[in-house]
Amino acid sequence: MRYLPKSPAERQEMLAAIGVKSVEELFSTIPEAYRLKKPLNLPGPLSEPEVIEYFRARAAENSVGYTSFLGAGVYNHLSSVITDTVLQRGEFLTSYTPYQAEISQGTLQAIFEFQTLMCQLTGQEVANASMYDGSTATTEAVLMAERLTGKRRVLVARSVHPEYREVLKTYAKNSGLKVEEIGYTAAGTVDAKELQSALRDDVCAVVAQSPNFFGAIESLPPLAEAAHASGALLVTAITEGVSLGVVRPPAEADIVAMEAQSFGLAPSYGGPFAGVIASKEKFVRQMPGRLAGQTVDMDGSRGFVLTLATREQHIRREKATSNICTNQALCALAATVHLTLLGKEGLREMAEQNLAKAQYALQELQTIPGVKRTFAGPFFNEFVVELPRSVKMVNAELLKEKIVGPFVLGSAYPELTKHALVCVTETTSRAEIERMVAAVRRALEQPL
Amino acid sequence: MAYPTEYRYTKEHEWIVVKGGIATIGITDYAQHELGDVVFVELPKAGTKLAAGKIFGSVESVKAVSEIFAPASGDLVEANAALQDKPETLNTDPHGAGWLVKVKLTNPAELSSLLDAAAYEAFIAEKQKEASS
Amino acid sequence: MTENTKKVSRHPTQSEGLIFEKSSPGKRAFDLPPLDVPVVDAAKALGEFRRSEGVEGFPEVSEIEVLRHFTRLSTWNYAIDLGMYPLGSCTMKYNPRVNEHVARLTGLATEHPYQPQELSQGCLKILQLLEKCLLEITGMDAVTLQPAAGAQGELTGILLIRAHHEKLRNPRKTVLIPDSAHGTNPATAIIAGYQVQNIKSSDEGQIDIAHLDEQVTGDVAALMLTNPSTLGIFEQRIAEIAKVLHAKGALLYMDGANMNALTGVTRPGDLGVDVMHLNLHKTFSTPHGGGGPGAGPVAIKKLLEPYLPVPVLVEKEGGRLALDYHRKESIGRVRAFGGNFGVLVRALAYILAYGPGVRQATEDAVLNANYIRKHLVGVFDLPYTRPSMHEVVFSDALQKKHGVNTVDIAKRLIDYGFHPYTTAFPLIVPGALMIEPTESESKEECDLFIDAMKSIAREAETDPELVKTAPHTTRVRRLDEVAAARKPVLRWKPGGK
Repeated sequence: MRYLPKSPAERQEMLAAIGVKSVEELFSTIPEAYRLKKPLNLPGPLSEPEVIEYFRARAAENSVGYTSFLGAGVYNHLSSVITDTVLQRGEFLTSYTPYQAEISQGTLQAIFEFQTLMCQLTGQEVANASMYDGSTATTEAVLMAERLTGKRRVLVARSVHPEYREVLKTYAKNSGLKVEEIGYTAAGTVDAKELQSALRDDVCAVVAQSPNFFGAIESLPPLAEAAHASGALLVTAITEGVSLGVVRPPAEADIVAMEAQSFGLAPSYGGPFAGVIASKEKFVRQMPGRLAGQTVDMDGSRGFVLTLATREQHIRREKATSNICTNQALCALAATVHLTLLGKEGLREMAEQNLAKAQYALQELQTIPGVKRTFAGPFFNEFVVELPRSVKMVNAELLKEKIVGPFVLGSAYPELTKHALVCVTETTSRAEIERMVAAVRRALEQPL
Repeated sequence: MAYPTEYRYTKEHEWIVVKGGIATIGITDYAQHELGDVVFVELPKAGTKLAAGKIFGSVESVKAVSEIFAPASGDLVEANAALQDKPETLNTDPHGAGWLVKVKLTNPAELSSLLDAAAYEAFIAEKQKEASS
Repeated sequence: MTENTKKVSRHPTQSEGLIFEKSSPGKRAFDLPPLDVPVVDAAKALGEFRRSEGVEGFPEVSEIEVLRHFTRLSTWNYAIDLGMYPLGSCTMKYNPRVNEHVARLTGLATEHPYQPQELSQGCLKILQLLEKCLLEITGMDAVTLQPAAGAQGELTGILLIRAHHEKLRNPRKTVLIPDSAHGTNPATAIIAGYQVQNIKSSDEGQIDIAHLDEQVTGDVAALMLTNPSTLGIFEQRIAEIAKVLHAKGALLYMDGANMNALTGVTRPGDLGVDVMHLNLHKTFSTPHGGGGPGAGPVAIKKLLEPYLPVPVLVEKEGGRLALDYHRKESIGRVRAFGGNFGVLVRALAYILAYGPGVRQATEDAVLNANYIRKHLVGVFDLPYTRPSMHEVVFSDALQKKHGVNTVDIAKRLIDYGFHPYTTAFPLIVPGALMIEPTESESKEECDLFIDAMKSIAREAETDPELVKTAPHTTRVRRLDEVAAARKPVLRWKPGGK
């Protein structure tokens, strides 16, 4: 087998050196009754061309050739081929967690740069080296708030991504946290009045997302004020990081939980992505996840090491800030390279293009009779429209034209029965936007 | 380093000395040596109630965390704020400037069950013999 | 060396600074295509929410500078592509490149998790085939591919166990964990709302069954067992252990991190395991990438099926695959979307390349570990003498006599061109040296490793200072971890160093 660097003769030599006749003897500690007598019933073995053919065939059965208007937490953005060139270097791809700092300075410096970029983007003071994704980062941010305040209630806005809220509930159930939801106003943003009446001195975290699931930008300062007045912390989730190129950073938040998928990570049917937790320096010892810190070596040269490891599971074990071990390091590296390539001006320009494209799409959709914009107020690259007929039906018609239509909100928000969440990024051409609008118009004109 | 004779000691390597109704508590030279370079000390706030034999804080080195057990019960009057900025003081002066907390004792009788300097030194001598055997 | 003499003495790759230090306003590395819709005034569109300038401090560099920067950084790393990582329980095996190729295919990398299921049949077929393969390998009844890593798999598994007990009206209170366990095990149990009770290993590094019988009360929800243990030793009486637990209504969780010793040779499902996780970034070759991503699928016996995380992959009529989100007794989600699909693709590619012959990989892994053990016994102290499987654990007891410990030996190994083995773990072996070569090492590499270790053992006797001050050949040496922890500097700041 091409992955095994042994010839039959070498195997024999090694068995002889060990002093056994067959490799079977090396498995003698497994009781006879449990040792398999036949090979496993697995497909293969496949040669390299056959492996490629198998996956090419599967790829052809998916959505190749379709234009998509889906966002809802996973976004299509332009990226440079250079990101992959860097990622594919064996020294990055096949290296281990940088516990041995002397021979991992490449990884460690890249993490330090990632942490810096995340702070710059979010207006926070420290950021970690990645969590699994935005949903678990948000959950871990809440657990962090619980540790910092000692309180047990969590108020989470319904305008936070539905799956993020589900994950929070799964984790909260077993840690004694009580999660309550706060509704949204006619503007599609957090209902501040409802929040105020729910706030008492037993809340550890108020959780909001911006831009939120409806694409609307939340005003964070009043939420932060309300939270702080009751002794709670403000946790802000961000699913679309490119928004930070043109939207002011969530500096008022105590803890930011961001998904970095928008920074050069392919949608890849849901993963792998990269979550980040960014927060204030004074909270750093309660922050989960790895941290790369700057230091000097014995000759005074600058170097980097994993630090504050006593927070982590391999030292604290049951008292750790989290059970996380493996994180999303390579994905964080991809984001680092991507953001470095985009740079200050590139990110701003990309964000402005998103703004323009989404505004254009909304404007065009509103020329269709019966199509109404649902939430007034500033948005980035996603917005909600209400259709005069079923979104599912319209999407079915769009599919026939090789267009993947907007997210059907009714599945996650039963009160939004005829509403769709439209996402337009810099990757969608004007022609495709116009083609989508024309197709929606036709679908709505169809006889009932 | 000599172990002050007016102090009392625990088997978890804490020391305690009482002056004018206030007890000062710290960790011993043996403990700081076992830990290595101290990087962080976690101490409770004034007003916290300490219970004899229970954990009230922790001391961290780069690769380990050591919990600190209260030698006696009492109300915390002051935590050594200087250790936040200079945790290395625990290594250089564990019996003096490296003190951890000052406590108003609620049950001074508890002190009688603690080790005196001679007994503590014998205890750690025994430990060191075990380790090298 | 001062800033002025930066270019003089050392090669540029050795003194590469931070990307922010190369930044200068006006430089760009990536251009976007021109905007084809009307420009929108950000101030008008966003009002008070507008970011007035670009992100402050963000780098402004050119394309070649970015490429050089990261290429130079990469040359400071050790990697599997360069040589062996004998890290115990990490299973640092070859990361096949075809796996990278297929994960990046248009039609796989490009798919959105919310796109219509009829447009995702290719993705769903991949998931279904991987599920089938993992069930065949583990001998279990059902599997979820959702968890993002081993630790998350552990949490999912313990939550499934909790759901099972809650259905029986008593969630129970404790999880038993051997003192040799990986740190994620107790950390996970706590997050799942259980208390941890440690079980001491016997003199032979196995679970003491008589002792276990006493410890399993009606309050015990489960035992978390790693098999082979972190000592690399097969838990011979695992079937009895399962019986003891089941008799009291408790379940057996297996940490599958060491599956590389078992694949194709035995199946955890046959041994009485109720639930286990796999580490795809260990046994199934997906790359570590400097710390992740991984994936931690959880395989279960039928009794836990109702509680699986949503969505669950189901097959409908005509062979159409779908995701079922409506499962009343599910524990919920442990993460958004379906799982680390890109990692799952790589794992399936690995399995397809081997087919039924995957047993050979296991045999070679165990062969390599025993070959190394045979040559190093006597050179290093072997605290547990039961047969090793895919990894072997020595201690530094012999070298300690000269003042040299496991960390010193590990650092000296770097000078011989190897990554260190796992030091100081498992905790039950003071001064541990945990060595797992994996099947990816040739006889030649194993011999080189053995020679290096023997040489270091000699150096420990004849020149201990040389070992204690290692490594001598790396770009940076003995970084000050104490200063990094006392006064953490976790980001670059303009004007600062």
